Amino acid sequence: MTAAQIETVTERLQPSLVGVIAGKEIRDAVASKWFWMWTVAFAGLAAFMAAAALPGSQVAGFGSFGRTAASLVALSQIIIPLMGLTLGAYSIAGQRESGALRFLLSHPISRSEAFIGTYLGLAVALGATVFGGFGVAGVITVAQGGGADASSFVRIALLSWLLAISMLGFGMLISTFTRRGNAALGVSIFVWLVFAFLGDLGVMATSVATKLPMWGLLVSAVLNPVEAFRLASLTAFSGSLDVLGPAGRYAVDTFGDQLGWILFTVATVWAVIPTLAAWARFSSGGDV
Amino acid sequence: MIVIEHLSKWYGKNEVVKDFSLDIAEGESVALWGPNGAGKTTVVRAMLGLVAYQGRIEIGGLDAATHGKSTRRAMGYVPQELSFYDEMTVYDLLDYSAALRDIPTDRVDEVCELVELTDHAGKRVRELSGGLKQRLGIAIALFPDPPILLLDEPTSNLDAKSRDAAIGLLQGLRAEGRTLVVTSHHVEEMAMLVDRVVAMEEGAIKVICDPSDLAEELGLRAWLHLILPNGSDVEALRVLHKQGFSAKLNSRGLLVEVSAQGKGEAVAALQRAGVVIEDLEVWR
Repeated sequence: MTAAQIETVTERLQPSLVGVIAGKEIRDAVASKWFWMWTVAFAGLAAFMAAAALPGSQVAGFGSFGRTAASLVALSQIIIPLMGLTLGAYSIAGQRESGALRFLLSHPISRSEAFIGTYLGLAVALGATVFGGFGVAGVITVAQGGGADASSFVRIALLSWLLAISMLGFGMLISTFTRRGNAALGVSIFVWLVFAFLGDLGVMATSVATKLPMWGLLVSAVLNPVEAFRLASLTAFSGSLDVLGPAGRYAVDTFGDQLGWILFTVATVWAVIPTLAAWARFSSGGDV
Repeated sequence: MIVIEHLSKWYGKNEVVKDFSLDIAEGESVALWGPNGAGKTTVVRAMLGLVAYQGRIEIGGLDAATHGKSTRRAMGYVPQELSFYDEMTVYDLLDYSAALRDIPTDRVDEVCELVELTDHAGKRVRELSGGLKQRLGIAIALFPDPPILLLDEPTSNLDAKSRDAAIGLLQGLRAEGRTLVVTSHHVEEMAMLVDRVVAMEEGAIKVICDPSDLAEELGLRAWLHLILPNGSDVEALRVLHKQGFSAKLNSRGLLVEVSAQGKGEAVAALQRAGVVIEDLEVWR
């Protein structure tokens, strides 16, 4: 081949290349012990919670399905952010640290293709874990005669996956700022603590200290993506936000039937924003 | 074929490549030579778009900054640090690289054979020795059949036999009319592989010359380690000192400091004086 034969290829995003990279990520995930550890842990805990919800009893206003769903939401809001954040945080930083990212990007691919392929592959892997866990819980609930509201169950599962890819986006954003895999993991665990525990306490403390109005409390709650997911999920299966107290009742009164969709949109925005930020940072052409 | 204009690269406050400009013609073979930290690898990485840089790099008439996919398609790359996906098998890694370049999979077998990796195709990358990894790197660089090859220390992990084989392979690629950019510490290797040497120091070009002139241009020195019969080392030392050579005894023989081009003079002086040399090595 000579100079005259140097062929130009499109600099635009090529879905086929994205697919090649995503496929590799999925194969890597399936071969990874971490993936199986998370999948088995999530499915096991989901199964335990579904089995523990006694059929026919009424606790805190929820039927057996409601209690299974509430338990799964509580499980999801702890486990899934940790999964998504750590997986995302290690993705780019780990490859950068090992030098494999340099190998990948020396190919005729764009950084956008590398990023999107990695993201999609990990999103599919997380989907397998989340839907696997919810599938196991659903089967157990139905087997116990739990009278499951299938559409609510599916909506919660979808919201859980949305939470997973939101956290994946945050994890990958951390990854683009970090050169070492372990440092990225450390930061991601700190962010998980903030989202899963400290953020909630912060909102409570702020609301007490500053006497936030109802709408202010609602907004500060959904500023935490994990809390936005929780409220969207609770609305999905119970139609109310009593857990949020007067602010929840205010939300139901103000937005009525639209509340579920509004919270779903907020959760979706939380899935998009960090991912776009990570993509922009990674594609900006810095050193590999 | 390759035009680099006013390339500069900063890491923080440290300028690792300083106003580097170079034209490389189609089919030309050029070495970037210099000590560690001279900036050779950074220049190669800039050509691949792996580092952000100031200046302009053109490959085959295309700006590497705006046509990265096209320019990378024209280049095969053997990295200095042989870091791939360690958990993949050799075959899967080559297959993945082929898919990213849209190359038919049957070419993988062909290239494995060319670099004698067929017997190792089922091994995981992490199980490979340094030499086998180097061959894998060469295989990955070769199998898109690119007009340009960027070889960052391509023989650094190879034993003498594999190095000879790799040099033979690269000489063949050069004869085919490919454009080669090689970084290397080995002056002799460059003489066999390249038309021009770009000597770099602290990120800047120090001299551009013919490979046979490099040692002289840079005043490179070498040591001859001479193994002599028992009892003749003192006489040898006297002869060499008389001829103006700096020489000293060590536990296994005699060390003589020579210019890169003047190795034969020391040997000839000893032979004229009737001193028998049993063996010799060149140390740099």
